[in-house]
Amino acid sequence: MDRFLFEYVLRLADSGLILSQRLAQWCGHGPALEEDLALTNVSLDLLGQARMWYALAGAVEGAGRDEDALAFLRDAAQFRNYLLVEQDNGHYGDTMVRQFFFDTWHYLLLERLGGSGQKDIAAIAEKSLKEVAYHARRSGDIVVRLGDGTDESHAKMQAAVDAIWRYTGELFVDDEVTADMASRRWAPMHDELRPAWLDHVARVLAQATLAAPDSIQADHPAHRGGIVGRHTEALGYLLAEMQYLQRAYPGASW
Amino acid sequence: MRHDEWPLWEVFIRSQHGLAHKHVGSLHACDAEMAMNNARDVYTRRNEGVSIWVVRSADIAASSPGDKGPLFEPARSKTYRHPTFFPMPEDVKHM
Repeated sequence: MDRFLFEYVLRLADSGLILSQRLAQWCGHGPALEEDLALTNVSLDLLGQARMWYALAGAVEGAGRDEDALAFLRDAAQFRNYLLVEQDNGHYGDTMVRQFFFDTWHYLLLERLGGSGQKDIAAIAEKSLKEVAYHARRSGDIVVRLGDGTDESHAKMQAAVDAIWRYTGELFVDDEVTADMASRRWAPMHDELRPAWLDHVARVLAQATLAAPDSIQADHPAHRGGIVGRHTEALGYLLAEMQYLQRAYPGASW
Repeated sequence: MRHDEWPLWEVFIRSQHGLAHKHVGSLHACDAEMAMNNARDVYTRRNEGVSIWVVRSADIAASSPGDKGPLFEPARSKTYRHPTFFPMPEDVKHM
């Protein structure tokens, strides 16, 4: 098995699935019908992308695990998603700040993966990029409007930015997995994405009249580890809910 | 209107095969950009459109239902205004 390829693809799959599940928790609870629908659209987009990544991961692993086995029959320590996406939804502003940080990174990454020398990665990235371009536009638009809204919304958004910022550093962490992928020209070094990410985020936050924290505040080692299976408490509860059916009734299907 | 509610917008979508934008419904949004985003999410989830217009509902001047008689009924008896007496050439589309 190509271990580094498997690990890398799993990071993308798990991050998509976990964020999708988080957003799905808003279904029926959105602050307005329009937002509710929009967020579940994004959730479904991410789920569709995760399925493609899981199919690829399963094929690379060659152990007969399909997308369902990977999604529903692994425990928290085996998940490889970024810590950012597993964080609790909080209020709508918290959710949208997390989404904006993720979408911006996701877009920059997929743009690079579209030119990957690994044809499956390139194909999935290319297919996902259009959806993600819209996600990034939408979450950025909301951040601007809530940040530059009322005094109350501004204060809540600034608090959200300050709280969630610490989990953004992990998105740009490189290790033996990304280094190996980059050496084959199958993926970029994630650190290369950071200047463009900081630049875009700073621009949108400025438009939203919000202060961007220093990037160093996102580099504390305590706030990384998701991609090697060290997760925050939040993931366990999420998985308990998401995996309940398959765990309680193994093999259940429609 | 309560000031803490987003204004209402009317949404017009031009479908794949249609030549004109057609009214499909309405939605709430704080400004034109968000109205466009919301229209995309609420009304084009099943690939319905190639183009979207959004218009503030308050900016639409509408005829009153009570004026139906004076406005429209006089046209009813004037069949000569309808081009129904000409055969349509086969090459003419979209009429």
